[in-house]
Amino acid sequence: MTKVTLTVNGRTMSGECEDRMLLVHFIREKLALTGTHVGCDTTQCGTCVIHMDGHSVKSCSILAVQANGSVITTIEGLAAQGEMHPVQAAFKEHHGLQCGFCTPGMVMTAVDMINRRGGSLTEEVVRTELEGNICRCTGYHNIVKAVLAADAEMAAGRQAAE
Amino acid sequence: MGVEGIGARVARKEDKRFLTGKGRYTDDMVAPGMKYACFVRSPHAHARIRSIDVAAAKAMPGVIDVLDGKQLQADGIGNLICGWMIHSKDGSPMKMGAWRPLAHETVRYVGDAIAIVVADSSGEARDAAEAVVIDFEELPAVTEPLPALEGGAPQLHPEAPGNLIFDWQIGDPEATDRAIAAAAHVTEIEIINNRLAPNPMEPRATLGIYDAAEDHYTCYTTSQNPHVARLVMSAFYNVAPENKLRVIAPDVGGGFGSKIYIYPEEIVCLWASKKTGVPVKWTSDRTEAFLTDAHGRDHVSKVKMAFDADHRVTALKVDTVANLGAYMSLFSSAVPTYLYATLLSGQYAIPAIHANVRTVYTNTVPVDAYRGAGRPEATYLLERTMETAARELGVSPAELRRKNFIRSFPYQTPVIMNYDAGDYEASLNAAMQAADWAGFEGRRSASAAKGKKRGIGMSCYIEACGIAPSAAVGSLGAGVGLWESAEVRVNAVGTIEVLTGSHSHGQGHETTFAQLVAGRLGVPLESINIVHGDTDKVQMGMGTYGSRSGAVGMSAVVKALDKVEAKAKKIAAHMMEADEQDIVIENGELKIAGTDKTVPWFQVALAAYTAHNLPAGMEPGLKETAFYDPSNFTFPAGCYIAEVEIDPETGKTEIVQFVAADDFGNIINPMIVEGQVHGGLAQGIGQALLENVHYDPQTGQLLTASFMDYAMPRADDLPSFTLSHQNTPCPGNPLGIKGCGEAGAIGSPPALINAITDAIGHNRLTMPATPMKVWQALQPAH
Repeated sequence: MTKVTLTVNGRTMSGECEDRMLLVHFIREKLALTGTHVGCDTTQCGTCVIHMDGHSVKSCSILAVQANGSVITTIEGLAAQGEMHPVQAAFKEHHGLQCGFCTPGMVMTAVDMINRRGGSLTEEVVRTELEGNICRCTGYHNIVKAVLAADAEMAAGRQAAE
Repeated sequence: MGVEGIGARVARKEDKRFLTGKGRYTDDMVAPGMKYACFVRSPHAHARIRSIDVAAAKAMPGVIDVLDGKQLQADGIGNLICGWMIHSKDGSPMKMGAWRPLAHETVRYVGDAIAIVVADSSGEARDAAEAVVIDFEELPAVTEPLPALEGGAPQLHPEAPGNLIFDWQIGDPEATDRAIAAAAHVTEIEIINNRLAPNPMEPRATLGIYDAAEDHYTCYTTSQNPHVARLVMSAFYNVAPENKLRVIAPDVGGGFGSKIYIYPEEIVCLWASKKTGVPVKWTSDRTEAFLTDAHGRDHVSKVKMAFDADHRVTALKVDTVANLGAYMSLFSSAVPTYLYATLLSGQYAIPAIHANVRTVYTNTVPVDAYRGAGRPEATYLLERTMETAARELGVSPAELRRKNFIRSFPYQTPVIMNYDAGDYEASLNAAMQAADWAGFEGRRSASAAKGKKRGIGMSCYIEACGIAPSAAVGSLGAGVGLWESAEVRVNAVGTIEVLTGSHSHGQGHETTFAQLVAGRLGVPLESINIVHGDTDKVQMGMGTYGSRSGAVGMSAVVKALDKVEAKAKKIAAHMMEADEQDIVIENGELKIAGTDKTVPWFQVALAAYTAHNLPAGMEPGLKETAFYDPSNFTFPAGCYIAEVEIDPETGKTEIVQFVAADDFGNIINPMIVEGQVHGGLAQGIGQALLENVHYDPQTGQLLTASFMDYAMPRADDLPSFTLSHQNTPCPGNPLGIKGCGEAGAIGSPPALINAITDAIGHNRLTMPATPMKVWQALQPAH
């Protein structure tokens, strides 16, 4: 068993785990943050996407021990003081979720996408960027709409701030 | 219609918890002292088990116990059953082979469960499962339906000689044959409906908790119908009596049919919890899901459609073989019979229909209902045949359909169904207009100029939803009634809980059911909570499948609300010294009609519970229950048009546009209905272009057992969709709802394949139309 310490959603959290434990299982089982999901065994579905040191990562593709010392944001840490992030709000407004299982990964991917390419997103870019996240409920139509709407809103917010 | 009532585009009440990571799915549940299960599964498609040696596994670190099927059987746990009786045309009952929750004599598909390992961690359980030694005698396997019926094929069950489960028919064979013999034209086609894996994003999971002090079981499970799960586990599997078994289906991450059934794992984890004295949790991984979740479709059919000289359809003859896999799953027998052949009239007036359906065992995972369940198979068959006929007759596919549309209702088909309402031409016209059908030839020329092949195709679908009434399904062989229940519980402060037997696993019931109540009473949406998914909280209910929650589940809420309102009016009349006939409920108030005298809703509720001043003889309280059993199925219908552009160099199909025009009857929340259509379309497009379950025919190994091998539709595989509605209210239920959950998956595959075959210029193509298949179809030798 190895001790792993992470900064998760702004708090320092530790847990003991087997060396073979994946980060996603560490987050779910040791830190009891169950918003991050597991939908496949082959790094295909994207339900486990989190942010690690500022970048989106599939947390099933990294061992917990490898993540030791890193700064992690999970879906639980995205809403500041209970106020939903603009991406979360856009998913709600545009019905970008149904069963909710892929949703945390979708939202974390979308936030990262906007962080990297905000202001320049088109439907084609969003669809290509979402290639690593599978949704079985929505047909992606409203997810794409939500991401584009959040991007536009956040770009407008940045402009207003300037 | 208010801002939050019926018809309003209300954002979902349940979204915040899903968006902030606070959804509570089965795998999120933790019970004190909980341990983890791993199932030992058959690596062979067909084998006899000579011996099972668990000694080494039991000695592994962290292992609590390893249990097998002999122990399960000794403890009296029963075999899994199919709950819908079908009789062959010779009158004999279907041939149901034994499906043991844990096999100890014979395994019949790769993934068949043999033993359960319970350990401190899931990793240790997995390690120990690897250490269970099983001596198998391998047997020959058969995976495809037609070979399974041939002489000399490997035999799966002694109960079913020749692997034939039943040989069933519907309709009038003689009249159909006579019409075909007299026809001016007969279109013949062979149709294969490819096998699919439902793949809800949440894998199945279950947590079994046995309380020895109370001799009581709790089962958390990924179910679309927890009450049905409890009933079946009590009545047939002998797990525990219903009063000693609580089934909870918390947030469930999609179902699409695959979470209707009771699988071995729920039963075995409950039993194992009692055996080991600890709560036992099992969570499927994705490969396990491919191996063990019930699959869908898998039909092979021969079709003859007869026309008179005026291009009117005079007869349809269908011969179908359906693969049901290694065992009969819970509703498997109903899918290729009463959910399939009864829809073969489609939107058309066809005087004579005959369908013969044989179902067969193969060494594959059981096949059961998957989004649409029988109706996509019927629609694909019919709409490809109609399109083929139009090409053979040299007439426009739209005109051929138009000529044969049913135009007056009710309409009795020759295959049981009695269509109650519809306007098929309205959807056809709307779809053609939205797709600019008239401008297609110009677009085809433009594509040709770029070296691309463009095609357009349509499909006009009908489906039967609600899966009710009970007496009707009972007469057809169903082992259960298919009504729905609701309890409307008004609290003393006027807030409301609605307890429904329907189950939401993405459909948004917490919003739509609340909209119904908010609209009726004029109270805020936030004051209404929808409770579902727990047999200890909610009265017996039948669950969600077959697009039945709106038409049947919400109708039950209407009936309960009727009773609540009637009592509230009596109380208000008494409070205001008025006649109860004069009381109306509006905007959260009970009012004497035509006056300004009102009493607020919450005061009536309070009066009901304080009971200080109720009408003479009235019981205190304001809470009513209703069980609703509809009078008929409902019949959503519509027209879908796909337009594609194919690159002949690569065979890749691009969907240039996809138009859906649907008649769902009255709509509660258009935003949610559109979402249901989008998702259904994606699954239908997945079937047509990408998805296919493939077993190796020699070894019976599943070759498409991960998301790397089975092509799920991704965002960049799909277009945005163009939707519209042409609604005719359903006369069969109080809300006029028809249902919308499955339409997209039903109507879209034939529209796409008709578009692709239009583009490539011939009909020799099977689903999924992968780039390789399309490229091959474009080669001169093909």
